[in-house]
Amino acid sequence: MSKIVSVTGNHSASWAARTAIPAVIAAYPITPQTTIVEKIAEFVENGDLKSEYVRVESEHSAMAACIGASALGLRTFTATSSHGLALMHEMLHWAGRARLPVVMPVVNRSLGPPWNIWVDHSDSMAQRDTGWIQFYASNNQEVYDTVLMLFRLCEAPKVLLPGMVALDAYILSHTFTSIEVYDHEEITDFLPSYHAGHWKLDPKDPMATGNIAGPEYYYELSYAIHEGFEAARKMIPRVEADFKKHFGRFHGGFIDTYQCDDAEVIFIAMGTMGEEAQLAVEELRNEGIRAGSARLRVFRPFPAEQIQALANKAKAFVVVDRSLSYGHLGGAVTEIRSALYRGGQTIPVQGVIAGLGGRDVSHTDIKKLIHLGFDAADKGEAKPDIFYGLKR
Amino acid sequence: MVAIKELPRDEYIELGHAACAGCGATIAIRHALKALGGNTILTVPACCMSVIQGLFPKNALHLPVLNTAFETAGAAASGIAAGLKFMGKDKDITVMAWAGDGGTYDIGIQALSGAAERQTNFIYTCYNNESYGNTGQQRSGATPYGAFSTTTPIIGKQEHRKPMARIMAEHGIPYTASISAAYPRLVFETYSKAKDIVGTRFIEVHAMCPTGWRCATWDSIKFGKLAVETGVWIMWEKEGDEWRFLGRSKRIAEGKIKRKPLMDYLKPQGRFRTLIKDPERVKEFVRGIDREWEILKNRVGC
Repeated sequence: MSKIVSVTGNHSASWAARTAIPAVIAAYPITPQTTIVEKIAEFVENGDLKSEYVRVESEHSAMAACIGASALGLRTFTATSSHGLALMHEMLHWAGRARLPVVMPVVNRSLGPPWNIWVDHSDSMAQRDTGWIQFYASNNQEVYDTVLMLFRLCEAPKVLLPGMVALDAYILSHTFTSIEVYDHEEITDFLPSYHAGHWKLDPKDPMATGNIAGPEYYYELSYAIHEGFEAARKMIPRVEADFKKHFGRFHGGFIDTYQCDDAEVIFIAMGTMGEEAQLAVEELRNEGIRAGSARLRVFRPFPAEQIQALANKAKAFVVVDRSLSYGHLGGAVTEIRSALYRGGQTIPVQGVIAGLGGRDVSHTDIKKLIHLGFDAADKGEAKPDIFYGLKR
Repeated sequence: MVAIKELPRDEYIELGHAACAGCGATIAIRHALKALGGNTILTVPACCMSVIQGLFPKNALHLPVLNTAFETAGAAASGIAAGLKFMGKDKDITVMAWAGDGGTYDIGIQALSGAAERQTNFIYTCYNNESYGNTGQQRSGATPYGAFSTTTPIIGKQEHRKPMARIMAEHGIPYTASISAAYPRLVFETYSKAKDIVGTRFIEVHAMCPTGWRCATWDSIKFGKLAVETGVWIMWEKEGDEWRFLGRSKRIAEGKIKRKPLMDYLKPQGRFRTLIKDPERVKEFVRGIDREWEILKNRVGC
């Protein structure tokens, strides 16, 4: 029976694994992901979760082991963060290119040096091109629900891609809230068991995967991955609608919008900052200021059309990236400007870098940033991109 | 010892593979797979076998094969073994990682050591052709002292190789063997034995590589045997806690035959051209080999 448990964001991820019952979980501990794998170990050792749990000696091996198990046609799961994700990078490509639907929560944490264990999105944003579907969650229930939705989405025959759900270090990973969790039997209508329809390692039908393919094949194989993402783009709304039908919750689809219908300025951010923004918007609305919040929930496939639709109504965007592509800008603002250019839209987009290495961005900060959006709307152009809160 | 005519007729590496002429690794996998049979899943990291199996969409290996990244054979095999256990098929299907010396001694040792420490139920083969053969003979941790490689092009390698099989044996795994592709019947027998053991089994096969060793392709077997006969390559196994020498190495250890003159092995191989000109370095080469013999004799207890 479904029940309410009071858990951290990390334990929400562990509970989701317990509900989905991956055949194989291979994981390596890293701060602040550790409590995910510790809880899973507890579930496995006390018999609540019947997965094979491989306590590997590195994140690189965690992903390699998931790839080995997934290649048998089995459901697989791991979790990591920061340097662990960076170490996995090579194997993220391998899972994506081999079309293996591994599902992985990523606890967003900065990269060193210096050592810093707090939230920013540098780790997952740097994995943009590895062939992984990327979701960003903003609360513990969403972490749990998104893991279940990702299994459904990633294992779909037309998609067959790995997927990650990112959750902000500490703000979610170590903060308790109540969430609703289910037994495996309650979710099998929504999430049936995985059947690999393409190929798998099976001595009865021997097939090799990944051996050398020359220039005459490689491009088409890459395009097929792109098609997988386009299939995911079509399927995400259907999966979310079906999830709502079964469990009564909806987290916003590609972009979780709040008060955007008549908003003059829309604030766009990912992760918990997107949820914090709703509070800022609420306060501004009380002052009669028509602001809105659009929390970018899916980063790959990138929801360009949804961004264009928002720009049709608003006068300006404020986009905050919690990561920095050194020598250029944030990852999200770059993508958003690109989408608007393609749509022939010219509203000002105020780019902002904020919150790196765990620096707090509160709703009062967000209100200030939204005001910058109004300035840009008035002038018809945004200021050069802002490094908000930078001490110089 | 099984007679040649008694070897199974089944072939799991088909004609038309892309190995160089005289390739020891191909002789090794052919006879290893005859022993393991068709209920086997292979995982192959970057190595000569990535090429030998053939180009997409064809494949010369008549088995399921997961090609994987260079340093991951031990980890990918761990995932396959865990999955088979979940499915209850771990007793029926053999998992084998088939990796070169670069993927074992160097970049893959972490994943391999981890898999062994976890008592992963699989066979790990290191076919050791003593260099990064696939990419054109760069130096590896398995390249012998003094040998030419494209990254030790003038002086030759200045360090001894790692005792890889011994390192694995010391992990406390149930079976370790060091054999040579020059003895295909021993390859077959070793894998036949390993197949029935549960847990991590590490088998290192000295794999002749005329391309890298700079010797005639038709002399491949001869040089594989000479490596053993001169005592440069030592064949042994450790089953449970018992260490024993194998084949010619056993007869050498027991003093029944003498090691053939080292120069018979070194001189005809182009890779040792610089080494053999320097008597001091030849002495150092011998010192490394003698040291390994002493350690192994100590382990075997003879």
